[in-house]
Amino acid sequence: MLEQQLINALSLGSVYALFALGFTLVFGVLGVINLSHGAIFMLGSYAALLLIEHFALPLWLAMLAAMLVSGLIGLAVDCLVLRPLRARNAPHLAPMIATIGVATILTSLAQGLFGAENKRFPVGTIPEESYNWGNLHVTAVQIGIVVISFILMLVLLAVMRRTQLGRALRAIAESPKAAYLLGINVEGLFYLTSFAAAALGGAAGVLVGLSFNAITPFMGQPMLHKGIAVIILGGMGDIRGAMIAGLFLGFAEVLTVAYISSDFRDAVGFGLLFLILLVKPSGMFGKVLERKA
Amino acid sequence: MDWWDGFWSTYNTVIFSLGVNAMLALSIYVTLSCGLLSLANAAFMGIGAYAASLISMQTGLPFPVALAVGGALPALVALIIGIPTLRLSGVYLAMATLGFGEVVRVVVLNMDITGGPLGLNGIPLKTEWWHIVLLLALTLYILARMRRSKIGRAFEAIKEDEVAARLMGVNVAGYKLLAFVIGAAIAGVAGGLNAHYTFTIGPGNYAFENAVEILTMAVFGGTGSLVGPTLGGMILTLLPEALRDFNSYRAVVNGLILVLVILYLPKGIWDPRRIRHWVKTFSQRKPQAGGSN
Repeated sequence: MLEQQLINALSLGSVYALFALGFTLVFGVLGVINLSHGAIFMLGSYAALLLIEHFALPLWLAMLAAMLVSGLIGLAVDCLVLRPLRARNAPHLAPMIATIGVATILTSLAQGLFGAENKRFPVGTIPEESYNWGNLHVTAVQIGIVVISFILMLVLLAVMRRTQLGRALRAIAESPKAAYLLGINVEGLFYLTSFAAAALGGAAGVLVGLSFNAITPFMGQPMLHKGIAVIILGGMGDIRGAMIAGLFLGFAEVLTVAYISSDFRDAVGFGLLFLILLVKPSGMFGKVLERKA
Repeated sequence: MDWWDGFWSTYNTVIFSLGVNAMLALSIYVTLSCGLLSLANAAFMGIGAYAASLISMQTGLPFPVALAVGGALPALVALIIGIPTLRLSGVYLAMATLGFGEVVRVVVLNMDITGGPLGLNGIPLKTEWWHIVLLLALTLYILARMRRSKIGRAFEAIKEDEVAARLMGVNVAGYKLLAFVIGAAIAGVAGGLNAHYTFTIGPGNYAFENAVEILTMAVFGGTGSLVGPTLGGMILTLLPEALRDFNSYRAVVNGLILVLVILYLPKGIWDPRRIRHWVKTFSQRKPQAGGSN
């Protein structure tokens, strides 16, 4: 049934988009592929789970707190790993590999601390309501995911387009050196970007945790793969592109599973990525600045 | 020699892996030495492993033939996908090769002849220690000769400045393709060797994590010379064994080492200039200390 598939695709796609948003933001501003984004996403999910389990926080508050926690982790990664590499003007390969190391550390720490098994949110955390229109079946969680993702995406887009801060960030994306000469606090905005990107990643983690009600230390890796596909499809560093490509990937995956075979679900994103790189390396929506990556 | 028999039966796969991982690290070194960051080597290793194993299991052909096909098939695939892919540079190439690797994984997962998700089991034990020593030595010899030849100098020129190399009349596209194909062949042979002592292979053995692992070995060792990747491959094979006591936090230490090497030894652990510097400061300090007393 097509309509039902489209609704599922919308909720899946908006999570992909939200995840990829932070990923692409870091690339756009810092020029770094941060491969620890998946691990931070996973930790955001755990943060919400622990806060709800131990302090019985309401869901919305736990989600805000989880965004704060993952944001701080992102900030710590920036301070400890990315900043020294920036100071040294390291080539693009170095931060990419270093963040692989960070992802390994975070994933196995989580595995050591929380165990490798699936965790679930306590009963009653997740709203059970669902709505039926004719044959359509929509859960409150699905609606929540779509609404929250879109709010976060639109806020970020508004900040980038309408505020002085966004202008400064775009200036840095263009050229950090020129931005610095114009009196922009480049280093401070790098920190802010890392924080915001990780917070968005954490929010996506909470939403995914809610929608599947299963949290594991390993949930970050497959998400990271989707994220890579999305930011390439959308054009690296392009925020609007990441939103559209995230939704697009969600639809492509759900429709593949529904009409072709679930075997190829994970190949869809990368197949698309491979194709788009061959045909139009700047991404589907790109006139992307030619970065010397 | 009782202790030796016991030692060998416990550790022979580790010892075999030393050589095979060194070959894998060298396979990515070849592409890196030409300025290409390719994450497809795990996939090429997989293609080689499957090709060689299938020949051993389904035909009566001798092992060298299986290994030769294990090297030739990935090289052929590299030739075909390399022509369109190698137009990309930097991060884009890394992502495209990553996408290719993922597509290979899903294809292998869904084919009948490869055993699908179960993989191939009962691959005959044919790899002997001297096969690995011989092929590793051969790889090192060929690469060492190549380094000093016209090809090696062309790689170096392309790595330093592609545009300048092209203006000097270097056939940039051709040499890049050559590096890609040679890397694929080495990875494929290593895969064939590996499959014939592990008895069993599966599509999960050649995924993103493995591509990253291979890259890590090369970068950890240092890609400025042939010694670096060889050492890096060997050390990172032994490291998990040495860290056995750390149990679940073993991967944390692994990740930490990766981050620290990138931060503090950007040229890898085998960096002749740094080592010479250390030796010099050490030998200078000694007589000074003696003289002042």
